[in-house]
Amino acid sequence: MKQFLTFVRKEFYHVFRDSKTMLMLFGLPIAQITLFGFALTNEIKDSKIVICDYAKDEASQQITYKLAASNNFSIEESLLSHQQIEEAFKAGKIKLAVVFPVNFTYDLLHLNTAQVQLIADAADPNTGSTLTTYATSIIRDYQQDVLQSKSLPLSITTEIRMLYNPELKGVTNFVPGVMALVLMLVCVLMTSVSIVKEKEMGTMEVLLVSPFNPFLVILSKAVPYFALSLINLSVILLLSVFLLDMPINGSVVLLFAESSLLIVTSLALGLLISNSTASQQTAMLLSLMGLLVPTMLFTGFMFPLENMPMPLQVIANLVPAKWYYIIVKSIMIKGLGFSSIWKETLILVGMTTFLLVVSFKKFKIRLG
Amino acid sequence: MAEIVIKAEKLTKRFGDFIAANEITFDVYAGEIFGFLGANGAGKTTAMRMLCGLSTPSSGKAIIAGFDIYKQTESIKKNIGYMSQKFSLYEDLTVIENITFFGGIYGLSDKEIKEKSEILIQQLGLQGVTKKLVGSLPLGWKQKLSFSVAVLHEPKIVFLDEPTGGVDPVTRRQFWDLIYEASDKGITIFVTTHYMDEAEYCNRISMMVDGVVKALDTPSNLKQEFAAGTMDEVFFELARGAKRKGD
Amino acid sequence: MHDVVLDKIRKTYNKNSLVAVDNVSLSVNKGELFGLIGPDGAGKTSIFRILTTLLLPDGGNASVSGYDVVKDYKIIRNHVGYMPGRFSLYQDLSVEENLNFFATLFGTTIKENYDLIKEIYVQIEPFKTRRAGKLSGGMKQKLALCCALIHRPTVLFLDEPTTGVDTVSRKEFWEMLKRLKSQGITIMVSTPYMDEATLCERIALIQSGKILSINTPANVIAQFPQNLFAIKSTNMSGLLKDLRDFGNIESCNAFGEYHHITLSDESDATQHELKTYLESKQHENIVLQSTTPTIEDCFIQLMNNQDGGNSN
Repeated sequence: MKQFLTFVRKEFYHVFRDSKTMLMLFGLPIAQITLFGFALTNEIKDSKIVICDYAKDEASQQITYKLAASNNFSIEESLLSHQQIEEAFKAGKIKLAVVFPVNFTYDLLHLNTAQVQLIADAADPNTGSTLTTYATSIIRDYQQDVLQSKSLPLSITTEIRMLYNPELKGVTNFVPGVMALVLMLVCVLMTSVSIVKEKEMGTMEVLLVSPFNPFLVILSKAVPYFALSLINLSVILLLSVFLLDMPINGSVVLLFAESSLLIVTSLALGLLISNSTASQQTAMLLSLMGLLVPTMLFTGFMFPLENMPMPLQVIANLVPAKWYYIIVKSIMIKGLGFSSIWKETLILVGMTTFLLVVSFKKFKIRLG
Repeated sequence: MAEIVIKAEKLTKRFGDFIAANEITFDVYAGEIFGFLGANGAGKTTAMRMLCGLSTPSSGKAIIAGFDIYKQTESIKKNIGYMSQKFSLYEDLTVIENITFFGGIYGLSDKEIKEKSEILIQQLGLQGVTKKLVGSLPLGWKQKLSFSVAVLHEPKIVFLDEPTGGVDPVTRRQFWDLIYEASDKGITIFVTTHYMDEAEYCNRISMMVDGVVKALDTPSNLKQEFAAGTMDEVFFELARGAKRKGD
Repeated sequence: MHDVVLDKIRKTYNKNSLVAVDNVSLSVNKGELFGLIGPDGAGKTSIFRILTTLLLPDGGNASVSGYDVVKDYKIIRNHVGYMPGRFSLYQDLSVEENLNFFATLFGTTIKENYDLIKEIYVQIEPFKTRRAGKLSGGMKQKLALCCALIHRPTVLFLDEPTTGVDTVSRKEFWEMLKRLKSQGITIMVSTPYMDEATLCERIALIQSGKILSINTPANVIAQFPQNLFAIKSTNMSGLLKDLRDFGNIESCNAFGEYHHITLSDESDATQHELKTYLESKQHENIVLQSTTPTIEDCFIQLMNNQDGGNSN
């Protein structure tokens, strides 16, 4: 046991004494989160919108004035048919369309409820969601004004339609994606490189010739990176809660437990890579090419999976990060418990077990 | 007296407050085999890098093959050859590809490269293996080939950094035959080695200790001076007092 | 009692296309300082790796302290000390941290075996807080030796411990080995430097995976089949060429200050004839004398013999 602890301590020395490793470990996630954060909190000004006014009555006019007065929007023109709107969206001329149904004022005053439809171009999900938020608040404003002059309660409900990206993958969806990306990258890259480094330096030879169990060599390599990844995860979560106002609706404990699972998966992958490579560069290249690209492509946080051709969707199922992404989204955003994610968890456990078995089987107790 | 091809005057290199090479002064004559010896960390590598134009001295003067070490490093590089134990040839290129590549780097025309490579291959007896990857050749052949490539452009001086490390005794001697041949053609040889018998093959040798040239003379004069039977003893006498031990 | 035994060990790489170790058999006695002498690529490292259980041989048997290198690898790993060719230290750990790490790795402490490494360690102790990467070659070598000794191994394997280290450090290192030997540790050491052979009790000369000779250094020299002559003149490189053109020359090699030659006819008449011949070639101050062969002479002779044998 003492041997094991000494080994783990040595690994920590390696990490803390190498500025590049430290940067990779902590700089990368902080940079990612902050970058996304700032990219997302930018205010949007003078976005081109159209008004599609089937009502052309008092209330619709007044809301249109309010929209026009806001410096967030600039009204392009008034279109009439849905088809025209569709074409304008496709041509990229407009970002948002506001549709007032016929009898808007009548409904509002007599039925005490009326509907406005907001159609946003969500190909850029962040802009889309921000614009609908702006529009909704302007409509609420108007509703307040009307309420003050009337005695009866009335309400305008906004019906929001997101075009091209109905699930609206935006700020809240980026955080789980970045979590998956960072955990995968850091764990796989760091473990594989640190093991291969020992091979390159020749210290692996000495380690193997010692009575220390070779499997413990691997295990003690994994421990520091496991611990550091958990710290990393905490940093990401703190940043996203306090900097990006991203809520954690579900159980934090469950979130950490599921993340630990992904870390183990990644460590197993890193081990597998280190087994089959002899130089740090190869290990790094394999980790980056083999992981960064699939994680970005197939997790679904950058490119919607459901729009992909079938073969790619099948491949996506093999990417551990995809399942982790679903799990984290369910916990953080939807606030769901374990009962709703047991299937994904099981898949991830299966993958991890498989990777662990393969990499331990492939692990060489000798050279060459 | 023969033409001076390397003239170093009070050549100094400082790294912070550490003086790696301290006022090195010596001349090397054309066609000479000049042994450059020293213990680990004595400053050999630093001095050699300055002479090859790879590193700018902190102070002092040096003229290499007629060119100034500060201003004309590009001309220096065209007129010298370099071979080290660690890097010499590309293992994943064939013999002929290596020759063509290095010939091309030194600005030889295609015709020259063709002529010279034919002579070289003949001389080294490599006819059967010109299309083989260098990595698959025995170490001895590689060493000889890389030396020949280093002198392909007929430089005035060739710098050899421990060219025979780990090579078997027969190949080591064949290698020195090549050195002698090049020297006979008038090429100046500047060589470092850990083998003390090889120090004997040099016309003159210099011994660096702690960044300073401690001794410089012909092997026989040095042996006389230190009342030693072999160069090994001379080296030991000189290096024993070294205070500095770094690489 | 043998501490290390190799019996017809064979090791090939690249799907048998490269034979690194070719039916090597040798044994090292308990407490012996045994040298494996040969150039790079002779198969020294492969032999060391087989003995330290890092590589599986393709054929033959080998044992260390009586334990089979394949079956009993775990036991062997407990008892041997190994210093690989490159000084395998953690460059980013300090001298003390390295030593502590390796001590713990072998389940011991520095204190427990301090007496064994004391003499070597005191030389690097002033630098104990320095990172290993910042040490000189000589000091790295000493630290690596301390690390290999810290668990008091019964057999010590040192693969080219003196390569890339200057003469002074090399001399010091061999002194250390002698002292370790006196403590009863069996030491097997490899080196490409032929002059180090005489510092061993017994040596095996190895070339291209084959053993050329196994004996004490004195016996290897005694077995040199002919008289060896040393010859010099004022023009040494010219002398070498002219000697090769002389009819009775069998072998002719540059050897530092002198060239070493063997003659097919060693009579005084031939020697005289040689001198006259050289004088006719304008050589001055010719010295021709009998000399004792060095290990390197023997190595060259055995190598040429083997090559001759192969081509026949």
